[in-house]
Amino acid sequence: MTPESAISIPLDGIRLDNELSLDESLSGLPARRRRAEVLPGFGVSGAITGLVVTALVILPLAVLVLRAASLGPAGFVAAAWTPRARAAYAVSLGASVAAAAISSTLGLVVAWVLARINFPGRRLLDSLVDVPLALPTAVAGLVYSTLYVEKGWLGRYLVPLGFQGAYSRAGIVLVLVFVSLPFAVRVVQPVIESLDRDTEEAARILGASRLQTFFKVVLPAILPAVLTGFALALARSLGEYGSVVFISGNMPFKTEIAPVLIVSRLEEFAYAEATAIAVVLLLLSIGLLVVVNVLQQRVARAAQ
Amino acid sequence: MSLSVRGITKSFGSFKALDRVSLDVPEGTLLALLGPSGSGKTTLLRIIAGLESADAGMITENGEDVTDLHARRRGVGFVFQHYALFRHMSVFENIAFGLRVRKEPEAAIRERVNELLHLVRLDGLGGRKPSQLSGGQRQRVALARALAIRPKMLLLDEPFGALDAKVRVELRQWLRRLHDEIGMTSIFVTHDQEEAFELADRVVVMNHGKIEQHGSPEEVFDRPATPFVIDFLGQVNVFHGRVEGGRAFWHGIPIDFPEYPHAQSREAKVYLRPHELDIDRPGIPGQETRSLPASVLRVTPGGAVTRVACRTAAGGEELYVDVPTDKARGLALLPGERVAITPRKARVFLPGPEYVI
Repeated sequence: MTPESAISIPLDGIRLDNELSLDESLSGLPARRRRAEVLPGFGVSGAITGLVVTALVILPLAVLVLRAASLGPAGFVAAAWTPRARAAYAVSLGASVAAAAISSTLGLVVAWVLARINFPGRRLLDSLVDVPLALPTAVAGLVYSTLYVEKGWLGRYLVPLGFQGAYSRAGIVLVLVFVSLPFAVRVVQPVIESLDRDTEEAARILGASRLQTFFKVVLPAILPAVLTGFALALARSLGEYGSVVFISGNMPFKTEIAPVLIVSRLEEFAYAEATAIAVVLLLLSIGLLVVVNVLQQRVARAAQ
Repeated sequence: MSLSVRGITKSFGSFKALDRVSLDVPEGTLLALLGPSGSGKTTLLRIIAGLESADAGMITENGEDVTDLHARRRGVGFVFQHYALFRHMSVFENIAFGLRVRKEPEAAIRERVNELLHLVRLDGLGGRKPSQLSGGQRQRVALARALAIRPKMLLLDEPFGALDAKVRVELRQWLRRLHDEIGMTSIFVTHDQEEAFELADRVVVMNHGKIEQHGSPEEVFDRPATPFVIDFLGQVNVFHGRVEGGRAFWHGIPIDFPEYPHAQSREAKVYLRPHELDIDRPGIPGQETRSLPASVLRVTPGGAVTRVACRTAAGGEELYVDVPTDKARGLALLPGERVAITPRKARVFLPGPEYVI
């Protein structure tokens, strides 16, 4: 039908190839000039930013590190690297990574439904997504443990099936998903809303199935947002205390997370030990978030 | 491939986008769907592509009913107005997409994509991302991507709409030559009459979800079927006149109109195209029976044609006359001068039934 295999169309006088691409035409410009800002200049806003970051983040962290340093290297290791503390880090990190993975996957589905499907009650569902942000997380922990204990509404069916939703690691993941889901949804939703639907139609008309269209065209475009959602959900989960303390049972070596261990050290008036554990948790969290962010930036660059 | 559209109707809520549209497109035709926004031309194109489903009617390709066939199975190439390239893929992968989802062997894909890169004059740019290309280059990638699957028909939605004027003209000349070489049945949507006439073999003028006229560019331009078509095809002077006994009268100047042989006088609209009017200084013998006195308002030079705005002495109506620039230089008209305007040709439309009380 289309015997155009080796056809070349002569382009006499037509300079199609001489059109400059955007970066080519920009590279010839002289050195960048400073643009006049519309909003109040860097002076004022920069000072406010510096003050806020110092007062709210850097100062407390510095106190934390200084307090932990008062133990000395040997004392620090003795306090922060006990078998019980190591087990608590593992539970914290493991549960948080699992919760962030579940949240960002479920969040993608929820965001897709909210952004793409118009159904009665969509607005109500849309506002319900934010509820975990407003609800005291301790309440969530209490409600979840009531639901999932052996005699609870859900537990009476699930426990015989082998799912221990309360006083278990699964329970920790459950409440962490609850508290971190809004982040995963809200980061991805606007990106899905702004997707160019033409590209999906283009894929279909080129012969792609629904699944091929999703995995080859849609997912690469929203993956950076999904990873950002993962990072936020992870950060939120690592710091969570209130809901976990009620559902996990806080059994050392089994279901004790690092923040709970910190609080129990504080209750023993072992302030320096508590800060040492906090510093380790902080470093592990920062390391994990850096990895996720680097990954996210790479994916974002590829998706441009 | 030949295409036949029969009685296609489509509504969006209470808005009727297409109203019983029928159209035949013979094999190898380059057809333009021309009309203002909201005329239904893009909807018709999307229904032909299978991206939208019609409420009623039938579409056949080579005599085969494809009305309910999904876009994925139609085997047509579609070029979107804003290119719709896959931003995360290289130019090469964009073009290869349709072949990859068909699971064609790697070597065949490579060969086909390089062939297409050559065809659209983008040799060596396969490794670039769409964001590193100019608008015209992106449009050619979109075209190559659509052609990669060896479609039976090529559909283009406002293919040059997002490009600047110079690139647009170059690209459409190139597309016309590409079509002449490949000979594939192609349909493109446009609101630019110049684009439609320059590029297409057949022009379909649409308005309010209906086809106003379908014909060759010459037919449509020389014999506009409806007042809408003549209005849409470019600036035109419209006046109220009368018809009787095979002639129309514009301020007493007779114009042949054999379509109305009746003796009873009737109101009509007279359409005079600026280039079908002659302008002269008054005083030529016999002029008063076929020319209308007027005065010059403005003279706008513009290359080969000079446009003269005039006001008629009777009725004080404003009208435009296009004069070949050589003649205009000879006349050396100045604002305020008196002139005589002679219609060489006119189109007369009787008021439609909606005017009858």
